[in-house]
Order: sequence, then structure tokens, then C-alpha cells
Amino acid sequence: MAILIVAEHDNKTLQPATLSVLTAAADIAKHLDDSELHLLVIGHDCQAVVTMAQDIIGLNKILIADHQIYQYPLAENIAPLIVELVQDETHYSHVLTSASTTGKDYQPRVAALLDVAQISDIISVESADTFKRPIYAGKAIATVQSSDAIKVITVRSSAFIATGLVSEALLTEHVIPVIELAAQTDSGKSEFINAALTQSSRPELTTADVVISGGRGLQSTENFELLYALADQLNAAVGASRAAVDAGFVANDLQVGQTGKIVAPELYIAVGISGAIQHIAGITGSKVIVAINSDADAPIFDVADYGLVADLFDVLPEFTAALQAKKHD
Amino acid sequence: MKILVAVKRVVDHKVNVKVNADESGIDDANLKMAINPFCEIAIEQAVRFKEQGSADEVVLVCIGPKDADVQLRAGLALGADRAILIRTDEDVQSLDVAKLLRKVVQEELPDLVLLGKQAIDSDNNQTGQMLAALTNMPQGTFASDIAFTVPNKIKVTREVDGGLVTLVLTLPAIITVDLRLNTPRYTSLPNIMKAKRKVIRMTSPEDMGVVLSRRLTTLKVEAPAVRQAGVKVDNVAELIEKLQQQTKVV
Repeated sequence: MAILIVAEHDNKTLQPATLSVLTAAADIAKHLDDSELHLLVIGHDCQAVVTMAQDIIGLNKILIADHQIYQYPLAENIAPLIVELVQDETHYSHVLTSASTTGKDYQPRVAALLDVAQISDIISVESADTFKRPIYAGKAIATVQSSDAIKVITVRSSAFIATGLVSEALLTEHVIPVIELAAQTDSGKSEFINAALTQSSRPELTTADVVISGGRGLQSTENFELLYALADQLNAAVGASRAAVDAGFVANDLQVGQTGKIVAPELYIAVGISGAIQHIAGITGSKVIVAINSDADAPIFDVADYGLVADLFDVLPEFTAALQAKKHD
Repeated sequence: MKILVAVKRVVDHKVNVKVNADESGIDDANLKMAINPFCEIAIEQAVRFKEQGSADEVVLVCIGPKDADVQLRAGLALGADRAILIRTDEDVQSLDVAKLLRKVVQEELPDLVLLGKQAIDSDNNQTGQMLAALTNMPQGTFASDIAFTVPNKIKVTREVDGGLVTLVLTLPAIITVDLRLNTPRYTSLPNIMKAKRKVIRMTSPEDMGVVLSRRLTTLKVEAPAVRQAGVKVDNVAELIEKLQQQTKVV
């Protein structure tokens, strides 16, 4: 038997989220006898991704479908490829991918074509057919069991630690076989026009060790610079509350919370965020939560491990300077 | 152009749901029910297309209990023309919802099907994509902008991780809508009165020849771990000291 993991990448780099999905797959494999882990890379000119995947510990096989029609991951083209692979190679018991906007786009299409249910956004593996997943925006956790022969799953990457990579020294002995798959024909029904993606040198929100988010308290786009300066000191990803996004201070894709990104970093710092229940739903998985707010009664302090009641316009420069000074020690 | 909009009845988003004491599910007795907010955005978009002259008819479809006619009337008051209620007291899972909707698509032959990107109860984010698979239609998920540009095509801007992506789909197509597509209008009293005279056709999974097959069993529903409030620190120096004791990232 084998578990198929569909890689998330941009044709150049393997996304860290995929390493977390591999951990979920390994958790499932523990409940099965002799189950292999296979990584499927679908893209175009994506050899660099395969090279990166060669370093993944515990991976048994890499499958690659490299063709122009997969340059951008269109669900109409990706789903039939996965379905054919799963139906031809009858040994796949599970198909996993990350619950990113890409995974959430094609994975239900895969499930419906296979006539099986899809299990969304799992946060833990209880057995080979039973998983936990949040419902009602995390206000409840459901344990669900699947009766389907093939389990098609999306994984909340922030709920699983990333699978390790082989160290440099062992790399020559670590060779994972690569199988090339033939491309299918273009559906012809969906055409990629363009992508307007935020270019950022900072870590990605859902996989960063440290996340700093700003709220309405920041008051303007310019003031977010104070947050970026602190983020640079901590190698942190920057997020925002819905209020800050709706006020137009930052782009939509920075939104953390129920309708935005769900994060679970080592350290989450909420700056000028009151702590609406929808925001808290997106951060409760964080190890340590720090809240900086001038309102001592803000609900964010009810979930924060450390609270600092102060004016953020004093705290942010001071925090940044203190960390800078520490680095020079 | 005919637009079909799928509508789910859910616990109102303002209600703070609680888990049952026996961990069998959510205590939803006597809770206020409403149209799933994402579905409401889908209805609003369809009505706007009709008002702009891009669509001739907006048809709603809902799968749910008899009382779901309340949500359909609310959708009709937003400006939809007629509705279909597929009556069942079962908790219908996404794949079966998609199979029921496929039947409706085969009967109604819409040019465009709009759905919410997810329901705020089960949080699955699956039905639109599954319906697209079963009807072999192209899909545009998480739409924040939709425009008719050339004949027989539709341009969809999607909110994805990291930004926006624009696709052009060949009609008929399935689109699931995100929060920022529009802000649904408030219904006016005359429109509520008008909606009372609009037709809701009743049917059922049995009438449609669809056998529901539960593939997933919910074994348990529990409350999430609750975080406790921690301590207040007096200044930045103390905060840094505490963080260095507890985590390696500072």
C-alpha cells in the first residue's frame, strides 16, 4: 500500500507546507503495514522541486508530471491526472495535500471523480481512517471516520511539524527513485490569465516560527512599517486582523483568523488587535501569544500568555531597538 | 442567461455555538438559523447580474428541512426569481449535496452556478468543486471579482494564498464566492412581500432518485482546548526576558 502526497510548489521551490503534510502521511502510515510514501510533483520545468524533494526523510518514491499545461495548477487539469494515477495504481489508500487555496481547489474535485468523500483540514491522525478536524471556525473539534476505500484529505499544515531533511553528509546514499508520468490533455475550459502575488522576503504566514500581526490600532499603512521593522529582527511573518485589512492598511492575504489564515507559530505577537472571536479562532494553536494593546480590557488579553498594556507606538520602536542591541552584544 | 445559486441553512453566524455534554455534536436546538453568509453573497451577486442585464433568471436551490423555506424566502426577498427546496431531515454530506445539485443542473441547465466557498458550520469547502467535477464544468473558487467579458466566457479573480489569480472559464461554469465579492443588501419590506408570492418548488432526494450514502461518520465533537489568560508584564525589557526563558525564537 502507499500514501500519495501531492506537492505544493511554484515550479521552483517546494513549499514548507508539504513537509508538514508528509508528517501527517507518516502518522497515517504508522497505522498501516508497510505503507510507502510517494510524492507527486505536478508542474512545468519543475525539476528543482524534485531535487529538493530528494532530501526528504522517509520518502519512498517521487512521481513527476512535467508539462506546459501544469504551469499553473488548474483543478480541471490536475484532478484527472491524480485520479488516473490512483485508479491505475490500485495500491493508493490515501491522497493528501495541504489545505492551501491550491489544495482546497483541486482536492474535492479529485474526491468527487473517485466517488469518495473528502476530509478537509485535518489537525490530527487518530488511525488510518479516523481524523480530527475543526468545525464552526474552530469552536468545536470533530472526530470523523471514513468508510471509503480511498481517503482524500487536505491537511492543516500548521497542525503538524515539518518532516526533516537528510543531512548533507548522508545525501549521496539517499537516492529516491523518480518516475515520470505522461501529461493528460488540457481541459480547454479554464484559462490562466495572470497572478498578482505579493512579493515578500519574509517567511510565509502559515509556516513561520514567529508571526506578528497588526490591527486597527496601527491606524495606517505607513505605521505598519513599525511592525515590519520588528518582524525583520525576529525573522517573523507579518499578519493583520480583519479590521486592519478592511481599513485598507494591508493586503487581503495577510488576514489572520477565521476567514483568513490559520496560524500556529512558536510565538504570536498581536499588536493593536482587540481580539475578536474570529481572530482568536485563527491563532489559538500558537505556542506563546503576546498581546500589546493600550486597552487593558481588550479580549485579546484573555488568551495571551504575556500582555503588555501600553501604547504600541512606544513599544514597537523600543522592542525593535532592544532586539537590535541584543544582536550586537 | 440563467444563474443557479445553492443556499445552505446554517446556525446564524452571530450565535456562539456550544458542544453537547455527551460530545455527540453541537447543541443546535432552538438556535437562530440563517442563510450561510457566503451563500448570501452568491445570491447578491446573481441578483446584481440580473439588475445589470447580464442574467435573465436567478433560481435558488436549498437542501434541508421543511423550515429551510424561511431561508429561501429571505433569498427570494433579495431578488431571486424562484426556488427549489430538496426536503430532507438528514445531515447531507458534501458529495451527496453535489450529486443532488447535479440533478438540478441537469434539469435547469443554468449557464452559471454560484455557491458560497464554504458553509460556516461544517467548514468543508468542497461542494462547488465536487459539483464541478460531477458536471464536468470548469471551476473558479474563492472569487473576489466576477465579470462577463466575452460571449460564453466568464472572468474570475480568485483570492489565493499570496495574492490574486485571474482565470477565464468557458460557460457553463461553477463559481464559489469569497467574502470580499460584495456586501449583500438589506431586504426592503416591499421585496419581502413580493417574495411571499414567488414559487418554491418542493422535491426530495427520493423524488430525484438520489440515494444518500454517508461516507463519513462523526464519532465525537468536543470543545477545543481553552487558553488561559497569562500574566501582564510592565515593560518591553520584562517581556523580552520572559520570552527568552520560554522560547528559542527571541
